[in-house]
Amino acid sequence: MIYFNNVSKVYNKDSIALEDVTFTVKEGEFVSVVGHSGAGKTTLVKMILAEDVPTEGTVFFESLDIHKLKSSDLTKFRRRIGVVFQDFKLLSSKTAFENIAFAMEAVGKTEEEIRSDVPHVLDLVDLGNKANHFPYQMSGGEKQRLSIARAIINQPEIIIADEPTGNLDPVNTYEIVQILKKINDLGTTIILTTHNKGVIDSVKKRVITLERGKIVRDDKDGKYSI
Amino acid sequence: MILLKRIIKSGFKNFKRSGLISWAAILVVTITLFVITTIILFQAVLHFSLNQIKDKVDVTIYFNVGASQDQINSLEDSLKQLPEVASVTYTSSDEALALFRERHNADYSTIAALDEINANPLGGYLNIKAKEISQYETIANFLKGDSLSVSGFNSIIDKVDYNQNKLVIDKLNGIIAGAQKLGFLITLLLIIISIIITFNTIRLAIFFSKEEIGVMRLVGASKMRVRGPFMIEGAIYGIVATLITLVLFWPITFWLGRNMTSFLGLNLYSYYLSNLFQIFIIVLLSGIFLGMVSSLLAVRRYLNK
Repeated sequence: MIYFNNVSKVYNKDSIALEDVTFTVKEGEFVSVVGHSGAGKTTLVKMILAEDVPTEGTVFFESLDIHKLKSSDLTKFRRRIGVVFQDFKLLSSKTAFENIAFAMEAVGKTEEEIRSDVPHVLDLVDLGNKANHFPYQMSGGEKQRLSIARAIINQPEIIIADEPTGNLDPVNTYEIVQILKKINDLGTTIILTTHNKGVIDSVKKRVITLERGKIVRDDKDGKYSI
Repeated sequence: MILLKRIIKSGFKNFKRSGLISWAAILVVTITLFVITTIILFQAVLHFSLNQIKDKVDVTIYFNVGASQDQINSLEDSLKQLPEVASVTYTSSDEALALFRERHNADYSTIAALDEINANPLGGYLNIKAKEISQYETIANFLKGDSLSVSGFNSIIDKVDYNQNKLVIDKLNGIIAGAQKLGFLITLLLIIISIIITFNTIRLAIFFSKEEIGVMRLVGASKMRVRGPFMIEGAIYGIVATLITLVLFWPITFWLGRNMTSFLGLNLYSYYLSNLFQIFIIVLLSGIFLGMVSSLLAVRRYLNK
């Protein structure tokens, strides 16, 4: 589904974010990418979202070369991906309901679909009673659950979660991981970046370990080992 | 259609929620529109004053006493045919006498002297107004030209006062051209400064939404869906600022109308009221254009991805 082909990203000669990275993610997989801060996890995510361009190599999503897409095709491509960030990246001027509705509007869903689906997905992440709250009125765990709800609302083919538990306490971390596992069980591919040992050990799925921009390990049933 | 509806709805919602930032932007757009309205009124006063001055300038041909009416009529006709001439008015010698008596009715010795002569010493005259001040020269040249002497008009003309007026006309010509040029330059300068300030304020307002713009794009929103609400917000700034500006000018022009009419030569309050619709349209379009274009340019910076 996703194919990294000898991808390197060099910001300057002292700052090499990714070096000759090659790996494949199959449909329905749950892949954790682990590494210390600065190992290149976020750069890798940016490559998939086409937020950044590789210095060398190519990244394919099915048959699409992500970095050769035109602006309008890039918009369509991004609609096939759900993204969850460490800092949530919610729209601060919109309520919980509107944050999710915006993602639905972006893909052209009708008002009726929005009215029926948003409360459903908010219930799913246990935020049914917070529909009219703005992000600043919510806790870290609630914000992250909202961000997951936004990521799954359009039934994307893949969810990319970039350190989704980085700002959360252990209880909220556990909840988020359980939600992600459930989504994966329903068939959605998940790429999770983290440096949280507990998260990796509880997921018990494939683990790619990055060190200074290079893949140093790729274990099928991985455990946290840095 | 559904996209447009959503964009408009979002624009209004954003405007309501931006609070103080929205009002800061409105304040700056209001200042710009205030400058534009002031310029409109300034131009009206300038235009009015210049027209009044222009109206006072003319060229008069005085005829000899007893000049033949046919010749006068034929000169009047040929003058009317000149493209530069706006109007020609003939005052016969009898009318000239009546006017003279009227003007000097308090001056007994003059009237007595006139009665003593027992004849009309005054000739008739033609009063010529040109369309533009600069065209008096052409008309004067026509009066000096050969065609006139060939037709024998020279014999009936006593004098043409163009040469006496020439200095004044030339000076006025310079002043009017200068005033118009200066007015245009001041207008241009003020408008450019206002636009730059407005643009920067709106850019600052949108800067706070920089992150959100990025997130919207990551969620898969099209450029238009991201840009649209900001442009609607910009248009709302323009509309609200227009209303504030027009309301502010109500008491201002009222005061100017009451206290400054004799100085300005024009009652600005009645001018403002009678031209309110045109002023409203100009100010509204400027406001909306300014708000929308500033927003468009400001968002474009963050829409690259």
